[in-house]
Amino acid sequence: MANCNETIRELDAFLDGELPDDVRAHIHVHLDSCMDCLQAFDFQAELKMAIRRKCNTDELPPGLLGRIEMCFNTDIDGDGVIGSV
Amino acid sequence: MSPTVADQQDFAEQAMEYAPQLYSAALRMTRNKADAEDLVQEAYLRGFRSFHTFQEGTNLRAWLFRILTNAYINTYRAKQRRPQESDLGEIEDLYLYRRLGSMETAAASMSAEEAFLDVFTDDEVKQALEDLPDNFRLPVLLADVEGFAYKEIAEMLEIPIGTVMSRLHRGRKAMQRALYEYAEARGLTRHLDAEANES
Repeated sequence: MANCNETIRELDAFLDGELPDDVRAHIHVHLDSCMDCLQAFDFQAELKMAIRRKCNTDELPPGLLGRIEMCFNTDIDGDGVIGSV
Repeated sequence: MSPTVADQQDFAEQAMEYAPQLYSAALRMTRNKADAEDLVQEAYLRGFRSFHTFQEGTNLRAWLFRILTNAYINTYRAKQRRPQESDLGEIEDLYLYRRLGSMETAAASMSAEEAFLDVFTDDEVKQALEDLPDNFRLPVLLADVEGFAYKEIAEMLEIPIGTVMSRLHRGRKAMQRALYEYAEARGLTRHLDAEANES
């Protein structure tokens, strides 16, 4: 079974879903019995979700989609190849 | 093999749905709207022209982000004056949790309505990310905001997986330090100081 230090060291990879199954299982066992580590993991998991949510609130500038699609249909530099720049 | 009209029509149909995500990511990369628009447009053009090399059945979103990241590194980063590689100094693990964790516990018991971390505005979180030096900002953006796997990020940035992991770890801590400074500046940490003085 993993101790607190080992558990915190794997925090990133655990929350990123990058741990091999056996290591992940060890961490789970520790979290089930250690409130301190569990709270730290919860906090980091919420932080990760908050960053994702809050960085995805930008509005697409009006007209950008249109400009992109127009490029697809235009022979911009007149070399006979559509979409070239 | 050169692109066919059918390929390019496919591309237009399949790829446009990712424009909002690509634009958001481009904003975090370039840090300004005009460059972000140019970058997204550039990425779509590159994608459009090389869509015949895209392997059907693989991940189109990851392919587009790879093109976007490449275009940023090759075109935009070159013209920025900021140092490309920089260090962040020593920051302890669990930086924000060790400082705000007890506030979160208190907030959770008072009301479960609003997530505690919503005390930070969208702009503060975006700023904290954008203020990271490039070599840390790109891994954090690609992992935390876009949800890519270490292996995908390593391929996009052309660095080893171990480097992705260490930069991610350090970049995240630096972002937490920046968020804590925002919390301090807004007086959110004051009641914690008061508690500390009482005990």
